[in-house]
Amino acid sequence: MTLPSTAAGAVIAIMIMAFITYLTRAGGVFVMSRIPIGPKVERFINAMAGSVLVAVITPMAVQGDWGARLALLATLVMMLTTQKALAAITAGIVTAALWRLVA
Amino acid sequence: MTPPVAGARLDLPGVLSGIRRMAPLSLFVVIFGLAFGVAALSRGLSGLEAMLMSALVFAGASQFAALELWGPEIPLLPLIATTFAINARHLLMGAAIQPWLAHLPPRQRYASLVVMSDSNWAMAAADHQRGETNVGMLVGGGIALWLTWLAGTLLGVIFGSGIEEPQRFGLDVIMGCFLLAMLVGGRRDLSMLLPWSAAALAALAAMVWLPPHSHVIVGALAGGLVGLLVPPSRGEREATA
Repeated sequence: MTLPSTAAGAVIAIMIMAFITYLTRAGGVFVMSRIPIGPKVERFINAMAGSVLVAVITPMAVQGDWGARLALLATLVMMLTTQKALAAITAGIVTAALWRLVA
Repeated sequence: MTPPVAGARLDLPGVLSGIRRMAPLSLFVVIFGLAFGVAALSRGLSGLEAMLMSALVFAGASQFAALELWGPEIPLLPLIATTFAINARHLLMGAAIQPWLAHLPPRQRYASLVVMSDSNWAMAAADHQRGETNVGMLVGGGIALWLTWLAGTLLGVIFGSGIEEPQRFGLDVIMGCFLLAMLVGGRRDLSMLLPWSAAALAALAAMVWLPPHSHVIVGALAGGLVGLLVPPSRGEREATA
């Protein structure tokens, strides 16, 4: 099932994303008022939240050029040392730009 | 720890105070919004579509991840699964403040949740712990974040449309770097390394053997399932014991 990325297709895709996201915002309150969320479900959701980001990033590192790989590495190192997201992202962008300037 | 005071209310002064308290932090959100606007244009979204997504979805990581799926065709099932999996943390956040919000009339309760995001939730939950009954931090903080996220996206769209070759300036890596920063900046917990490794391996295997775009769902589920096998951390065990 795919949507063409025409204006109409894109708007429908955005509406669907908005609907799903609101379901997650309201869902926790709605479900919790009926059945409490147990520790097992909590552990699954916690692990899944990071895992989905890993699954999105992995192909970028595997299929990307060295500029992209070094950018991710710079972001990781910067994030682990400074804990500042903006600095880490900037380091990544600058690394990719510099690599492509010389390579 | 004293149990929080029962009761909740939502009024204009509380909302305005929430906006004021979030203002310094939300300036950073402008820059993230700018990055999203630039990345969205480089993935072929129109400026209007990027603005619409920021206005209606209002969840950074899932918006960046959606760009990764964007192409001449938009695969629906991966889009739904990715959006749900990335935003599933909202379920836990909502569940955590449910006993508080239960005191609000249903209409106010579910309207407040429209703008629930990580930082305003965290500040509101801290308010609640201190015995505050006013939900204004959640709503006002959310409004401040929404406005600055939208303003940032607009700036990014204006700025990004002037750039001919975004990859020359490294702008195509914004998405990956943003998501990685969110991943590492979240919970620094080594017990997550096992589920995350499983997610990476499952995603790579799915890329080789399964249909395109399925790697996100496969990786998320694999990571979640391995997360169930990891023994709970000490804090968690104390909380449930």
